Amino acid sequence: MANPLRKPEPEPQREPNIIGKPFRRVDGRAKVTGATRFADDLAFPRMCFARLVRSTVPHAIIVSIDFSEAEKVPGYLGALTGEEVPIPFGILPVSQDEHALCPDRVRFVGDPVVAVAAVTEDAAYEAALRVKIEYAPLPTISSVEEALATPEPRIHDYGDHGNIHKVVSMTFGEVEKGFAEADEIFEDVFFYEGNTHLPMEQHSAVAVPEDDDRVTLYSSTQTPHYVHRALSKVLELPASRIRVVACSNGGGFGGKSDPFNHEIVVAKLALKLGRPVKITLSREEVFYCHRGRHPVLMAVKTGIKKDGTITAQRLRTALDGGAYGSYGVASTYYTGALQTVTYKLPAYEFQGVRAFTNKPPCGPKRGHGTPQPRFGFEVHLDKIAVALGKNPADLRLGMLAEPDTVTANWLKIGSMGLRQCIEAVVAGSGFRERWGQLPEGRGLGLACGSYLCGAGLPIYWNHMPQSGVMLKLDRSGGVAVFCGESEIGQGSDSILAAVVAEVLGVALGDIRLCVADTDLTPVDLGSYSSRVTLMVGNAALQAAERARELIAQAVSQQLEVPQSRLVFAERRVFDAEEPDKGLTFQDAVIATEARFGTLATTGSYIPPRSPGRYRGAGVGPSPAYSYTASVVEVEVDPLTGLWNPVHVWIAHDVGKSLNPVLVLGQVEGSVYMGLGEVMMEEQAFRRLPRHLSNALVHKHPSILEYKSPTFLDMPPVTTYLIEDPDPQGPFGAKEVGQGPLLPIMPAVANAIWDAVGVRVDQVPIHPHMVLRALEAKTKGHEPRFGPKRFPDVDFGENLIVPTPEQGGDGKAINDYKETLRAGMRSASGTMMSREEALKKKKLGALTT
Amino acid sequence: MDMNYLTTLKLHINGEYRPVVFATHHTLLEVLREECGLTGTKHGCELGECGTCTILVDGRPVLSCLVLAADMEGKRIETVEGMQHGNELHPLQAAFADLGAAQCGYCTPGILMTAKALIAENPKPRPAEISEALAGNLCRCTGYHKIVEGVEWAAAKMRGEEGTPPEKVFYGSPVPDPHPPAPLSRPLPPPSPGEGGDR
Amino acid sequence: MLRLPQFRYIRARSLAEAGAVLTGEGAAEGEIVRLVAGGTDLWPNLKRRNQKAQTVVSVMSIPGLSGIHANGEVRIGATTLLDDVARHPAVRQRFPAFATAVHSISSPPLRNMGTIGGNLCVDTRCTYYNQTEEWRRSIDYCMKEEGTICWVATSSPRCWAHTASDSAPMACALGARARLVSAQGERAIPVENLFRDDGIDYLAKRPDEILTDLLLPVEAASDRCGTAFWKLRRRGSIDFAVLSAAAALWTDPAGAITRARLYLGAVSSAPLAVPEAESLLVGKTPTPDLLAEAAKLARKAATPMDNTDFQTQWRGAMVQRYTEAALREAAGLPVERLAPKHELFGGVTTAAPSPLSG
Repeated sequence: MANPLRKPEPEPQREPNIIGKPFRRVDGRAKVTGATRFADDLAFPRMCFARLVRSTVPHAIIVSIDFSEAEKVPGYLGALTGEEVPIPFGILPVSQDEHALCPDRVRFVGDPVVAVAAVTEDAAYEAALRVKIEYAPLPTISSVEEALATPEPRIHDYGDHGNIHKVVSMTFGEVEKGFAEADEIFEDVFFYEGNTHLPMEQHSAVAVPEDDDRVTLYSSTQTPHYVHRALSKVLELPASRIRVVACSNGGGFGGKSDPFNHEIVVAKLALKLGRPVKITLSREEVFYCHRGRHPVLMAVKTGIKKDGTITAQRLRTALDGGAYGSYGVASTYYTGALQTVTYKLPAYEFQGVRAFTNKPPCGPKRGHGTPQPRFGFEVHLDKIAVALGKNPADLRLGMLAEPDTVTANWLKIGSMGLRQCIEAVVAGSGFRERWGQLPEGRGLGLACGSYLCGAGLPIYWNHMPQSGVMLKLDRSGGVAVFCGESEIGQGSDSILAAVVAEVLGVALGDIRLCVADTDLTPVDLGSYSSRVTLMVGNAALQAAERARELIAQAVSQQLEVPQSRLVFAERRVFDAEEPDKGLTFQDAVIATEARFGTLATTGSYIPPRSPGRYRGAGVGPSPAYSYTASVVEVEVDPLTGLWNPVHVWIAHDVGKSLNPVLVLGQVEGSVYMGLGEVMMEEQAFRRLPRHLSNALVHKHPSILEYKSPTFLDMPPVTTYLIEDPDPQGPFGAKEVGQGPLLPIMPAVANAIWDAVGVRVDQVPIHPHMVLRALEAKTKGHEPRFGPKRFPDVDFGENLIVPTPEQGGDGKAINDYKETLRAGMRSASGTMMSREEALKKKKLGALTT
Repeated sequence: MDMNYLTTLKLHINGEYRPVVFATHHTLLEVLREECGLTGTKHGCELGECGTCTILVDGRPVLSCLVLAADMEGKRIETVEGMQHGNELHPLQAAFADLGAAQCGYCTPGILMTAKALIAENPKPRPAEISEALAGNLCRCTGYHKIVEGVEWAAAKMRGEEGTPPEKVFYGSPVPDPHPPAPLSRPLPPPSPGEGGDR
Repeated sequence: MLRLPQFRYIRARSLAEAGAVLTGEGAAEGEIVRLVAGGTDLWPNLKRRNQKAQTVVSVMSIPGLSGIHANGEVRIGATTLLDDVARHPAVRQRFPAFATAVHSISSPPLRNMGTIGGNLCVDTRCTYYNQTEEWRRSIDYCMKEEGTICWVATSSPRCWAHTASDSAPMACALGARARLVSAQGERAIPVENLFRDDGIDYLAKRPDEILTDLLLPVEAASDRCGTAFWKLRRRGSIDFAVLSAAAALWTDPAGAITRARLYLGAVSSAPLAVPEAESLLVGKTPTPDLLAEAAKLARKAATPMDNTDFQTQWRGAMVQRYTEAALREAAGLPVERLAPKHELFGGVTTAAPSPLSG
């Protein structure tokens, strides 16, 4: 493989041809013709179908399994049980707590127990209904409060204690001193109900046995790399014998970023039956896969000066995690990590707890762990502004975090366009003139947010690239681009192609993509944490620049033009000073192939190291942060509590739009999803009366009853794209897939206050909550609907981390595990080997 | 399978006759995808709740998950695969691809079919009418506005109107000027290699 | 994907043939035979195994069962598609509130499939019932099917599944009649007599009877009759009503109410009449205070249960608000507030031109 012979020479300045333009997405044609092959569209000779038999009880020991009736179904081929796939897996190294099929106990209604396979899907379903499973019920837990009160029996035999999966507590700077110096102290409690991704495509996976002991899995997954890892582990096959291909995802939003039971089951069954096996989940099963928004109860306390300067903040969060770990440890940290990157918090205390409950596991949904505390923070700020007699926009503008600074919790902020975002939505909506001035029943609310452009650390700590891109160029003049990224609708294929085409000066049509195939493409960690544009973009940039360098050398020699004068544009390589003097791109590649031999280049990306060195500092750092501000106008009917969003203004600092149409699509899609969360969406559960039943079930696992907004529920949206380029991003680009969701829910809550003078301190905001708060207001009580108190949790001793302002070094001063951890981090092994090493030291598992 | 539970029919799909044998209890969705290989029609719930599987029967949008293929004798079936004219995209398809109306693309076939029926009946639909006609089709990616714009502009093109959508459809709304102007967080950096000198 | 179970499928060519299949002709002992029209209710129920059927007989190919005939009264054939009903000029001009009610059913593609007969006879709904087979196993089923307990009210001897039809309460308010045909002959009954207030046995027709027509009376098309249909649901489309209020008010030339009919949907197992409110209204001029008083009586009559979307107590409060709004609209009084999303055409504000135009 060719490597650049020297550092790339700068190209003469030219206008971009593709970047920044609203070009048609590269998969656009296939998506409008029905040609895109989603996983369930695949069929193979001799393909059969499997179905998971899922638990109908919330928590129990499996007593017996009887296949005798199932076996009688015509077309029945066989079954798989938990004994055949005994090795646990999970997305995080610290919570390898899932089994492809439950070996001995079930932890929620929907937990897969066995799988049956048959010639047709009809027969697989009939057979699944006829499998008889006998259970011995165990007590169930449905909330954080119950988990705190019920340490035994444990849902898992690991975790911090009892049914508490994870406790984190940390202090940055002198929080008590900050409260003492404040003129006013504000305290609030908020609740954010869980909700789910509801991608239109139900998860599907097909496994095809190939050669001897090889298997290929086609799946609707956002993270083929992690599925690859999990398969290798559970199937006990070398990763080199397993190929995972991520098909185009029919929507993901975080819901397809864990390795899932059905993916492992089809692979195992394909090897067992010697034929291709498909599982496409039913809509109900998608609700059981879940991994959606954690229900979070929050308490926030802020000290503030009269001039609007925050002196200190304390945030406590309690997460209802569901039955498995999933990304939960990271989610817990995320409920605290990004509070500091929007407004100056000189001293900050964060305490979080995640409980195991007998419900489908929660995980990462768009905004991963941050929409809940962002909701709390932004509504809290609105109340503070009102109490201080300030306009909410001015209060925020006066306390903005500054670009190129390090926060109290050691996050490095780069470009920071929040000021421009706020100014844009405030001007666009007339917020300064209209807030507080609209007639009863109409209101405006402002809120902001910020999100990562990819997590600074990979899930498995190592020194390898988080993203890799490989280019192959040949005499055809075409450029083949290989990358492990997976297209989930966000446009990652288009960004990858555009970056390469821009650098090489070719057309998008000259690019051929091969993506998301663990056999053929360099590793990319996946489409999660808003990492693809920045990380894949940078890797593609490097690969393309290396190719350009080689071509430039060859062309420079052939044309006898200094390399620094060569321009790559319009599918040509030519002399900037004498544009007629040049070669077609194809001829340029031919010259290069003749000079250097077969042409391929690679690019890779590793994020810069974050300055934080304390335990937990791995969650929150990112190469860059995007910023968003939104104003929502609502109308509220005081007689019924019914409310509607009337208009949304949103401004998002994307650094640089690589394709503005795709960026607008992400912004508007985020607005939609945020409105869905605040208007109606709920992953809610129901217990039946305990004296009659042990049931603890999802209230409504259907598209009809899990409400998601229709065309008629979506208000007009005015979108402003703010471009404050970040040096870390390719062409200055930052993320846009998740950040724009964050301000929507609090902006709505603040607008409802402006409209009718009541606070609903929880999400979603149902009309009965507004009406109850209005009734309370009429009676002279506190005009509020929301949770009353935060539960008593023993958070233990806080990790004490001096801030940069205090002259800290990024480390905690009281972390007794620090010495060992530092040693482990410098090693090149994965988390798994570190975990094993820790076990030997009897210190328990580390966090990410 | 008992022959009493099988149906043999000549289905009329996208202008072509296709003899098919299928289980009588299979819906048109299943027969299209599994017997005819027309996987362009997707499914999201199979219970009539999401609109993903919408196709046209005699020109009217229906949910193929709740239609028996056995009832399709003599009916004219249209799916997304039949929209193109030769190798040329239907104006709706082109507008959806260009204006960002398709993100993940999974709800897209059902929405395209519904929109096609709408334009056939109402060549100049207003945005509210487009939303009303598409109110049975859920999309989780776009926030719907790009779809409404796509239908509007495709309809305009089909009416033979010239012109392109307004700038804001491609670039967002012009950012209002704040007073005083907010500064960038840092001076613009000099152009670097690979950044194409776009600043 | 979720699929139908296997069944014998018969497309009846006549009412007699359908009736014969329905009464078990040619069927094995104990075989369950079900009638299907548009399929938008039966197919989901079969897919979720809520209902079972060894034989399904379709009435969609029976000649003459579909179509709208307007001369004086308007006769709507049972297999007329909902969208055709909502768009029909005679229905829209003479019975605008009925067109509104039908247009508010589910979603546009579904209205191209579902029939008026199917909507009148649509199965009652409940959050414990409209779930998959696997889900229902996890609660040991419920009284409506296989189980013994009504989970909505565990000590209740009856099933509380709620009526889910939008056309039914409005047809009741208009004083419409339903024509039923069987081998024994035919009869036309007031639509309200088609229903029973029981979540399981919710239709009062005999099993061998087939609903063939809905007859909308000429009296309700008079200039002296004001009508209105208000539906509460979460979203602008797709959702079933969690509450609906259907009102018809007849007034004399002096403006006094001579006859009042008020029916509520989704708050009991059958469309719920509110005779107390009707008697309060008759003989009086429809003032805002009077209508508000009548609406309070409607709230008393309704028993919304925790078996659908929205908080139960709030739905109870909304019975009053929505009834008041419907009565005001029927009386020609302005409806001041209520978020417009849930008005009339389910999402299209009244300010917008009717989506039915053109």
